[in-house]
Parts: sequence; C-alpha cells; structure tokens
Amino acid sequence: MIPGPFTYHRPSSVAEALAVLAAHGDEARPLAGGHSLIPMMKLRMATPEHLVDLGAIKELAGIRADGAEIVIGATTTQAELIKSELLAAKAPIIRETAMQIADPQIRSKGTLGGNVANGDPGNDMPAVMQCLDARYVLQSKGGERIVAARDFYQGAYFTALQEGEILVAVRIPTPAAGHGSAYEKLKRKIGDYATAAAAVILTVSGGKVASAAITLTNVGSTPLFAEEAGKLVIGTNCDAATAKKAAEAAMAITDPATDGRGTAAYRRAMAGVMTARALAKAFARAKTGA
Amino acid sequence: MTDTIEQVAVAVTVNGKRVKRFVDPRTLLIHFLREEMNLTGSHIGCETSHCGACTVEMDGLSVKSCTVFAVQANDTEVNTVEGMANADGTLHALQEGFRQMHGLQCGFCTPGMLMRAKVLLAENPDPSEDEIRFGIAGNLCRCTGYQNIVKAIQYAADKLNGRAQKEAAE
Ligand SMILES: Cc1cc2nc3c(=O)[nH]c(=O)nc-3n(C[C@H](O)[C@H](O)[C@H](O)COP(=O)(O)OP(=O)(O)OC[C@H]3O[C@@H](n4cnc5c(N)ncnc54)[C@H](O)[C@@H]3O)c2cc1C
Ligand code: FES
Ligand code: FES
Repeated sequence: MIPGPFTYHRPSSVAEALAVLAAHGDEARPLAGGHSLIPMMKLRMATPEHLVDLGAIKELAGIRADGAEIVIGATTTQAELIKSELLAAKAPIIRETAMQIADPQIRSKGTLGGNVANGDPGNDMPAVMQCLDARYVLQSKGGERIVAARDFYQGAYFTALQEGEILVAVRIPTPAAGHGSAYEKLKRKIGDYATAAAAVILTVSGGKVASAAITLTNVGSTPLFAEEAGKLVIGTNCDAATAKKAAEAAMAITDPATDGRGTAAYRRAMAGVMTARALAKAFARAKTGA
Repeated sequence: MTDTIEQVAVAVTVNGKRVKRFVDPRTLLIHFLREEMNLTGSHIGCETSHCGACTVEMDGLSVKSCTVFAVQANDTEVNTVEGMANADGTLHALQEGFRQMHGLQCGFCTPGMLMRAKVLLAENPDPSEDEIRFGIAGNLCRCTGYQNIVKAIQYAADKLNGRAQKEAAE
C-alpha cells in the first residue's frame, strides 16, 4: 500500500515549520517518526496534502534537566529515551515504558512527541505522562501555551492540540528522590498495543504511602487519571485489601471497547489486575530504592 | 492535485555508494531500494509495519523501510543485505551462522533478520539469549521458529568475539 500524494517540507527551525503549517491550515500535518502517521496514510485514513517533517529541527531534540524539571524535546525517539542515563536515574518509568512499546525498529523512529500528540488511546506514553503530571509545551505562530497532560486528551484522536500548533517539548516535574514507579502492560504478544495497562508513581514515608498517582492506558477513549484509586492507597502499606480497593476504583472509571484484545468486561478486569500489580511493584521499589 | 506534486531530490549512501534520485515524496524507502536501486533483498511481508522483512540499517539504526519515506533517508547511510558479505566475498559471520545453524527455510524473513541482527550485535556484541529474543522481536518468521535463528546469532557473536563456534545440534 502506498500513501496518497503530498508535498514534502523539511524545515530546519520551529519558526519555519510553524509558517508552513499556518500557510496550509488543516491540509498540513507534522511528521515525526511516522510510525503512526505513515501506516494511517497507507490505509488512506489520513490524507494530508502537506507533510512538515520535524526531523531536521535541532531545537526539538534532546533530554535535559532544567531546575526542578526534566525537559524532553518532542522528536526524542523511544530508543533515545531508553538510552538516557538522566531518565534511568530520575524517572525510570519512562525507560520501562519505552521498552514495552512495539519493537526495536519502531522504537528507533517513533518519538515521544508523536506518541503523546497522536491521541491514539493505545499509545503508552500519554498515561505515563499523566502519571508524572507532565506539561506539554505547544507552539503556534501566535506564541506558546502549556497544557497539562491530564487536560490534553479529549477523545480518541482528539486532543487540545490546535491547527497550526506543534508540541515542542514535554516538561516533567522531576519525581522525588526515592520514589517508586511501575508500568504494567498486558498485551497479546510482544510489540502489541495494550489490552490494558497501568502506571503508578508513589512515595513512601515511614513504611506508608505518602503520595501516589495512578493512570491507565487503552481502557477508554483517552488515557485515564485514576485519581480516586491513588487517594485510596495514601497512608497504607499497599496490603492486599488496599490494592483490591484501588483496583476496583480504577476499574470503575474505565470504559473499554470490546475488540480483538478481549471483551469490555475482560479488559476492565485486566485494568484492575494491572493496577494492583503496578502498585505492588512501585511500593516494593520505593522501599528498596530500586 | 496529483500532477502538481513536485519530485524531490534524494541523495543517500546505499551500501557505501552515494546515489541521487528524484522521487515522488510518497515513495517509501522499501520501494526506493527495490524499484529504483534494484536491491530486492529487502522484502515486503506485511501491510502493518509488523513483520520486519523490510528491515534495513539507516545511520546505524534498524528501521522498517516500509514505514520510512525515501525523502526521510536523504543524507543518510543505508545498508541492506546486499552489502553484508565481507569485502573479500566471504559470508558475514551472521550469514554463515544462519547457514550453519539452519536459521532459514524459505528465507523470506532472512534479509530483515540479518540486518536487524547486525545492528543488535553492534549495540551489544555479546547478547544473552533473552537479549537476542528481545532484540529481534520486530522480525517475524513463518517457517523456522526462532530457536535456530537465536543460535545463528549466537554463532555469529561467538565468531565475532573470537570464540569457537558451536556445532549445529541435530
Ligand atoms: C506495529 C506497530 C506497533 C506499535 N505499538 C505501539 C505500542 O505498543 N505502544 C505505543 O505507544 N505505540 C505503539 N506504536 C506507535 C509508535 O510508537 C509511534 O511511533 C508513535 O505512536 C507515534 O510517534 P511518531 O513519532 O512515529 O509520530 P508520527 O506517526 O509521525 O505522528 C503521529 C501523529 O502525531 C502528530 N505529531 C507528531 N509529532 C508532533 C508534534 N511534535 N507536534 C504536533 N503533532 C505531532 C502527527 O501529525 C500525527 O498526526 C506502534 C506502531 C506500530 C507501527
Ligand atoms: S514489510 Fe512488514 S514491517 Fe515492513
Ligand atoms: S525462513 Fe521463511 S519466513 Fe523465515
């Protein structure tokens, strides 16, 4: 299958890219790693007339610490996330998640920006970014605005990103030293999108959970911030009864579709299982500092 | 609309040779390699970016050339299975390993497997069996199962690391 015809643009700065996007309105689309967009173009589910390749824009690359935040450029690939020593030390959930996305070839092209901007409920990074309480930096010809990952997703393939906007970077508050995290993903086979997945980040003080965030992937039309489930574990030692309660609270906010990955009831139940597993792992890691 | 799309110049180093062509931007790298360059070793095995039969090396990374536009390969170095054998014409350790360890049957997946394994060994010269399996997860084989493919990669790692190669167990 061959995609439909388009005009190819390869700007070398964000300003140039924004000018091309502004000139062509909804006929133009950014191209990052292409591993969501090109398959959609092959199926003619996407037929952009202008593709604005972000690959040559140096300002969009790289991972750095910036005060109390970690800043990840939009075109940073999943392979680069895996290799980053800064992320391995400060926010290991990003590496753990990136390693569960597709396969090595796809990870060498797929970008963090494309993964979070795409709006596909199957993408793994959006829930992880919600768990980390990340902020997305969006630029247009009119200027810059910042949208929290927890406010960004509005429906399947429907986000706060507006025509003419580019996501330039993701800003992540550096998680507390000694925090514990886990991303537990159930999939039918390696390389597959999640049947259900859960992200957990928590801190422990005096043997009890002091703070916790829980989010879910692919069990609704958007990633889900399971706020209630997170609150339920605070002050506990994540015992089985607490994990069960948290899993039930997480399941209650899901609305999965029945598809090739299972029935809605099965996928909802698996969201609970992934939540309990991720909680146990994150708690154990926080206690041992692993 | 179609008629007005401009052809774009693509300059790419393929297997060490600099080539320049004008292409329709929608040309995928796999079609560029197979149809423009007559390098038909890289195969198309699926429509879903899953199978890895089209895997080539692009600036030292493994990519699925069915999901990369040729224009995105502009100014890069692309290596395909045609460029794999040693300069003196003898087989690369991986090619030898696939033969010795019965890592191929129909051979359709083999070029992609070889190209993926080459980058895997460049990234990790002495991978464990688990690391090999994780590293070739994006390459599907319909024929052999993965056991002999894993052994073939271990054979090549041994050879490249200057160790004796194991015999194929039958
Ligand atoms: C076989 C296969 C399996 C996969 N499995 C998984 C999986 O398990 N988990 C997972 O999370 N993903 C999976 N993916 C998707 C993959 O990770 C994609 O690479 C990723 O979702 C999109 O990133 P990209 O850089 O390739 O974006 P592209 O495909 O280039 O773009 C995707 C969309 O985002 C827009 N966009 C991209 N960058 C920006 C930006 N900076 N600003 C504004 N808009 C932008 C594009 O216009 C497009 O609409 C899989 C893909 C394939 C082909
Ligand atoms: S042809 Fe199957 S992944 Fe490229
Ligand atoms: S040998 Fe036939 S597909 Fe692998």
